[in-house]
Amino acid sequence: MFPLLTKIMIYVIMALSVFAALATISCKNLFHSALALIAVLLGVAGIFIFLQAEFLAMVQILIYVGAVMTLVIFTIMLTERIGDKQISQNNHQSLLAASILLALLFFMIRLILGVAWPVNESTLSAHVGTEELAKALLGTYVFPFEVISVVLIAALIGAIVIARKDNS
Amino acid sequence: MIIPLEHLLIFGTVLFAVGIYGALVRRNIIGVLISIELILNAVNVNLVAFSRTTSLSPEAGQIFAIFVITLAAAGAAVGLAIVLALYRVRKTILTDEVTLLKW
Repeated sequence: MFPLLTKIMIYVIMALSVFAALATISCKNLFHSALALIAVLLGVAGIFIFLQAEFLAMVQILIYVGAVMTLVIFTIMLTERIGDKQISQNNHQSLLAASILLALLFFMIRLILGVAWPVNESTLSAHVGTEELAKALLGTYVFPFEVISVVLIAALIGAIVIARKDNS
Repeated sequence: MIIPLEHLLIFGTVLFAVGIYGALVRRNIIGVLISIELILNAVNVNLVAFSRTTSLSPEAGQIFAIFVITLAAAGAAVGLAIVLALYRVRKTILTDEVTLLKW
């Protein structure tokens, strides 16, 4: 409707997400970094909406922000000594890691800008709603779908078995 | 496409690099897990951006993004269960204080 406004909003969301991601990895207090991660996840959900992947945005908010982050925050509450400023949260590899990753980032961005991406006009105009996604998930991708279901149930049962107290 | 594909890819790359940095330098295991969630989200951004523009089948990228989200949830559940079990036994969740398998 308003292309310029939408454009500005996407860039603002991207900038905020990157800022929140930097906060996620630099906060001393792990609880704050979990809250910053929620901001990143919501920003990514906003990007999904702009890319017309509404179902994915919904799944992102429901599963990530709703379930995974609740789990993470619970674990932080159960384990960490929050507010203990004496404990360093970083190991001694920060400088090395930062320099290597900056080099990686530089080369990746050069690579991305150097390639002529073949933008497919038919894909660009196709609308993939929840219905098309469901048809693909239960049609072409039905076997991976079943496998991922088994993986998820096995992982959740395993998590319960690992985390429960030993009564014996 | 309202913004060029390259900008979305650069956004994904920046998130990915930030996530890897976090996973490498954090001492707290929960911090490492949080950084891994960041990495998986960067991958999802790329998948959806590609499925929107260059892919031949428009829904493949979104399907794979759903799979990635599912695996991230499974990974987070198992990882956090391990963290809880570890905290119960060793009373620490700092990676360099857990050296049981190192001699």
